[in-house]
Amino acid sequence: MNATPVASPQAQGAKTRINDFSIQVATVNGSGSQTANMVLLRAIFQMGVFVSGKNLFPSNIAGLPTWFTIRASAKGYVARKASNELLILMNAETAKDDIASADPGALVIYDEPLQLDRIREDLHCIPVPFQKLVTASCPEPKLHKLVKNMIYVGVASRVLGVDMEEVRKAIAKQLKGKAKAIEMNQTAATAGYDWAMEHLEDQLGVRVVRDNKTDGLIIIDGNEACALGALFAGCTVVGWYPITPASTLVETFIEYAEEHRKDPVTGKATVAIVQMEDELASAGVVLSAGWAGARSMTSTSGPGVSLMSEFIGLGYFVEAPGVFFNVARTGPSTGLPTRTQQSDVELCAKCSHGDTRHINLYPGNMEECFQFAYDAFDLAERFQTPIFVVTDLDLGMQNWSSKPFAYPDKPYDRGKVLNQQQLAEAKDWGRYKDVDGDGICYRTLPGTAGGKGAYFTRGSGHNAYALYSEKPEDYIEVMERLNRKYETSKTYVPAPVIRPMGSSIGVLAFGSSDPAVIEAQDILAESGLPTDYLRLRALPFTAEVDAFVTEKRVVYVVEQNRDGQMANLFREAYPEHGTKFKSVLHYNGHAIDASTIVDQINAFEQR
Amino acid sequence: MSTAAPSAPTNRLGLTKQDYVGSKSTLCAGCGHDAITTQIINAAFESGIEGYQVAKFSGIGCSSKTPAYFINQGWGFNSVHGRMPAMATGACLANKQLINIGVSGDGDSMSIGTGQFVHAVRRNVPMIYIIEDNGVYGLTKGQFSATADKGSSLKSGAINELPPIDPCTLAIELGCGFVARCFSGNPKQLGAILKSAFAYRGTVVLDIISPCVTFNNHDASTRSYKHVKDHDFPLHDLGFIQYSEVEDVDIAAGQTELVTFPDGSKVAIKAIREDYDPTDRWGAMRTIHESMEKGEFLTGLLYINPSQPPLTDLLDLVDEPLATLPESLLKPSREVLAEIMASLT
Repeated sequence: MNATPVASPQAQGAKTRINDFSIQVATVNGSGSQTANMVLLRAIFQMGVFVSGKNLFPSNIAGLPTWFTIRASAKGYVARKASNELLILMNAETAKDDIASADPGALVIYDEPLQLDRIREDLHCIPVPFQKLVTASCPEPKLHKLVKNMIYVGVASRVLGVDMEEVRKAIAKQLKGKAKAIEMNQTAATAGYDWAMEHLEDQLGVRVVRDNKTDGLIIIDGNEACALGALFAGCTVVGWYPITPASTLVETFIEYAEEHRKDPVTGKATVAIVQMEDELASAGVVLSAGWAGARSMTSTSGPGVSLMSEFIGLGYFVEAPGVFFNVARTGPSTGLPTRTQQSDVELCAKCSHGDTRHINLYPGNMEECFQFAYDAFDLAERFQTPIFVVTDLDLGMQNWSSKPFAYPDKPYDRGKVLNQQQLAEAKDWGRYKDVDGDGICYRTLPGTAGGKGAYFTRGSGHNAYALYSEKPEDYIEVMERLNRKYETSKTYVPAPVIRPMGSSIGVLAFGSSDPAVIEAQDILAESGLPTDYLRLRALPFTAEVDAFVTEKRVVYVVEQNRDGQMANLFREAYPEHGTKFKSVLHYNGHAIDASTIVDQINAFEQR
Repeated sequence: MSTAAPSAPTNRLGLTKQDYVGSKSTLCAGCGHDAITTQIINAAFESGIEGYQVAKFSGIGCSSKTPAYFINQGWGFNSVHGRMPAMATGACLANKQLINIGVSGDGDSMSIGTGQFVHAVRRNVPMIYIIEDNGVYGLTKGQFSATADKGSSLKSGAINELPPIDPCTLAIELGCGFVARCFSGNPKQLGAILKSAFAYRGTVVLDIISPCVTFNNHDASTRSYKHVKDHDFPLHDLGFIQYSEVEDVDIAAGQTELVTFPDGSKVAIKAIREDYDPTDRWGAMRTIHESMEKGEFLTGLLYINPSQPPLTDLLDLVDEPLATLPESLLKPSREVLAEIMASLT
């Protein structure tokens, strides 16, 4: 047990971790702790240190335990880290479990009455008299619960060496425009900081030192980044249904559209957004709006995709465009609705009954969330088909630092659409005739005058002229052409990103696994096992993917699901290389971390 | 443009009735649905509808095949079971200038699609929503649907023990401003109602009793031709007067009530049942329920209120179709992105 409030790990000979640590904050959800945690994250970010935040929250509105982890990394590693150097324990209900699982040597800030210092002797305990500080700094008892959290921000800032001025600025930023709340929270944070100055000795185990790594960077979550991509892509129709973790994508889009999608002259809306009665209706709206010429989208998660799958098959077969964001969560069934997973890979690759194959985009960072959302609308119209943009809760709802997004200069690609004049000149036009040999046919939009463009769209068998047909040769022609079209899309979807180290060992991952894989790749290389890392960014697999798979002696497919779904897609696509694919899996609902990947690859390599 | 003989009568667009037909029906000979198709063709011709502005939607079932049989100049979309309303919703958002006709059946709309029916009506999606109602699933060979009357029997002798769902009172309950019930065997009434429907802005719910000659036309059925004909009680004689003709038509004073649509068209309602007022929402509900208990089909304009704004008005959309807005109006500027990025630092 520590006699002084803080004993420095330095005293025990440990090295000081400068700008390289992880903090875990345990609170009760609905207590306003998200604001406090974001302030702490922002303050470290403003100190110029790379930082990422992950909110581990329950499917509940108030009263259940919630955890927030903040990782600072001078090297830019932003994946979840399995161990935490600083714990802030504010939830009496979980405090005993939290402390039991703490890493030896960790600093622990906690509410004094919890008396956690009696439980373990290998931790550095910092009991804080929160109630006393709250009462002194805030005159309104009903606000005490909220303010209490801001006090730990002040204490932690002192412990870590975060400049109090940055904390004050972060509070003002986080509570933009709410003058009274800003003042109250700044007072509380200062009270915590002043108390710590008076009562705690300097600790040298974990420090924040001012750096310049975050100059010009933004903090954003993937749902907002996707919403911005859709905004700039000129999305004109949204049919959606609320579901965690996808709702904020459309909700953020609505906020931006209020401001930026009004006709400058009339003030009328240039986008229609309708909250539908369910995901089925949402999918119907997306596809029929796309069929009628709009750039349409919806945002959903796994259960929603299951419900939409009948429509997705219709969209594939009748060739109607639409953008479907899947912000994946932990399945199956209701699963863990507020936890992350990459377990809809196969669902989205082949959504719906019958033979179907879909173009999927897998953004791996915030810039790609923006860019791929933008590109998805072009791809939907170019290929006249549903496009999945697959992210997950980790990308979608967590906070990431990112370079600011580049303006998308590329003009919209509205695809092969014949207007009245082109129709008048066209000879023997048929809706499903493959004139150019790329599998993509020319379509017309309802409402086109001239009397030549009308056709009948049907989910039943049809021929090149969109007429009902059950003839085997007509059916085969359509299905083969759809395959040809999918083949064409290989030259349009984003190529993979390869991080080579001159190795014959391949590591393959996608989406939110990227930061953990990069860190793991570095750890493995430092320990003498260099690998080449390919980050897949789309389905279908492109030529670069073919080459990678062919070259490597083994390909470790890293993914966040139980069944190795992406590896399954690879074994199907590359049967001749089937034995090369080894699954590195992580699927407990928490974001993947580097050590999981390192350990599993080492085990395969028998190191 | 006309493909028929030169002597064929033309409408205000110079088109003949032949310009409004579709491909040949593949339904059973004598099917009530074909009689409805004929009246849709007549009404579109007489109203001078521009075929290229028409979008036709359907779900799955015998009724859902029929959009292929009328207005070849319009775009058709035969989608998935029970989801026709969502299709019409998406298309009307993409292009609010389209004239939307949805054809569904009692199986498509009152079982799997009840949720979509309810919400399309609630949103007042601009469309003519036709339910070709025969009380059975025809395409899967004659199972009961949810509109089958209690006590009605199948050919096999099976008796329906469950109460029916009535699309008309459901629609009135949900605030629909144009609700009508017709009988496919009464072309005059159906024609007048369809023409009125073309002039209306918002959801029109037409429940058209359309006997299934193959699976539900036997003596013990309450949806056979004979049974419906015997129990059809028209509420009124209807005359539709398009806005362009309003000044030329003499409307008899007295018992005729006139309801005016936003475009100036009028429907003249001459009561047969004098106690029925189709502008009295709750009175109409009561009378319909009472007549249903007696096993009668009250037909005609059950409820009318043309003043309700359709979904496309509520969304305050630009006048042009969203589908064809130029990139210059859709893509925010470089400065807007820079401002947003600055707010996120």
